[in-house]
Amino acid sequence: MSKEKNGAGAKPDKSGTNKPARVEPVETPETEQAKTEQAEPDRVEPDQPADDAPVTDADTEPAEASAPAEPPSGWRRVVQLLRPHGTRSELLTGLLCLALGFALAVQVGQSTGDQLSSLRQDELVRLLDEVTQRADQLDAEVGDLEAIRDDLQSEDGRDQAARDLAEQRAEQEGILSGRLPAQGPGVEIRVTDGAKPLEAQALFNLLEELRNAGAEAIQVNGKRLVTTSYFVDSGGGVVLDGAAIASPYEWTAIGDPDTIDRALEIPGGALPRIREEGGEATTTRSEQVDVDAVRIPGQPEHAEPVDPDAGK
Amino acid sequence: MIAIVGLVIGVVAGLVLQPTVPLILQPYLPIAVVAALDALFGGLRAMLDGLFDDKVFLVSFLSNVVVAAFIVFLGDQLGVGSQLSTAVVVVLGIRIFSNAASIRRHIFKA
Repeated sequence: MSKEKNGAGAKPDKSGTNKPARVEPVETPETEQAKTEQAEPDRVEPDQPADDAPVTDADTEPAEASAPAEPPSGWRRVVQLLRPHGTRSELLTGLLCLALGFALAVQVGQSTGDQLSSLRQDELVRLLDEVTQRADQLDAEVGDLEAIRDDLQSEDGRDQAARDLAEQRAEQEGILSGRLPAQGPGVEIRVTDGAKPLEAQALFNLLEELRNAGAEAIQVNGKRLVTTSYFVDSGGGVVLDGAAIASPYEWTAIGDPDTIDRALEIPGGALPRIREEGGEATTTRSEQVDVDAVRIPGQPEHAEPVDPDAGK
Repeated sequence: MIAIVGLVIGVVAGLVLQPTVPLILQPYLPIAVVAALDALFGGLRAMLDGLFDDKVFLVSFLSNVVVAAFIVFLGDQLGVGSQLSTAVVVVLGIRIFSNAASIRRHIFKA
């Protein structure tokens, strides 16, 4: 009931204000014209009072309605609408607006909170496909990189092993060639001249005997004996590798002490022969002897290494 | 006035409560909101035109929401959901713009 009444009350009210507003554009030129017409007659007022009266009437009537209604039809209506009336219509509108605001805020929160939840199913499927594809690509890339890493690591390992082997060989060959000082179990032999000086032959026999017995590093009077070493008789003494050496000859040899000792003392062997020639020879076995003299091997002048792969 | 108060209260309540939208409603809520906005602008225009009728407003509000949601639902069933929701948003957007233009003419006379 109240709704109808209010609606009925509101409608004419609005339409009442509305109608002049709509008719106005059509009227205003007339009224202005009327005004200008009227303005001129104003000065000639005494002439036509009767004609003037209806014009002013027509002018003032819309002017009164439209002067408030012209702004009113826009802003004033808004103000009027903003004024609470407490009608059921307004309550209903308010309720709907509340629902709209609520839904709006919820949706805004939803779409800003989680981008994915506002997407549609097919978009999600497409997104999932893209992500899966990307993951596959990355997996493949990971596999490639891991393979490369493994390659590099194994190469590094091979390099390391080769380096270790090379170092080991360098040590072994350094000892055998006289390039490195060595230590280990062995014997110390002291040989002295008798009445007659020992010949180079005797010392050479001793060296060969030591080599046969497996001595790995040998030195005499602080000179390392290597594969190119030689003994030469020279006047009253012996020359070893170009340098004269003299009695007593202090030998040091690294090898199995028992084997070396037994080999040297074999009847007819190196030491017995020295003693036959009047010299003296004593052997001392030791668990730890030092061969500290070194010889830098010269560059081979004629021999060249053979490439191990060349024969294959 | 009450409408504006209701709108503000609704927005505040939505922001404060932050309820989770049920999964079934999730695709339809944004479209429904746009449809409701369209109805709101239509109602505002009618008010300024002096043709406002709360019954019409209520019916148009609800039917807009329901029809928009139904169209999207139908589109989902047909496999053209995203296209149809785009279409609905475009149409409603055009309507909102024309209503807004009419309201502007009322208020600013331009």
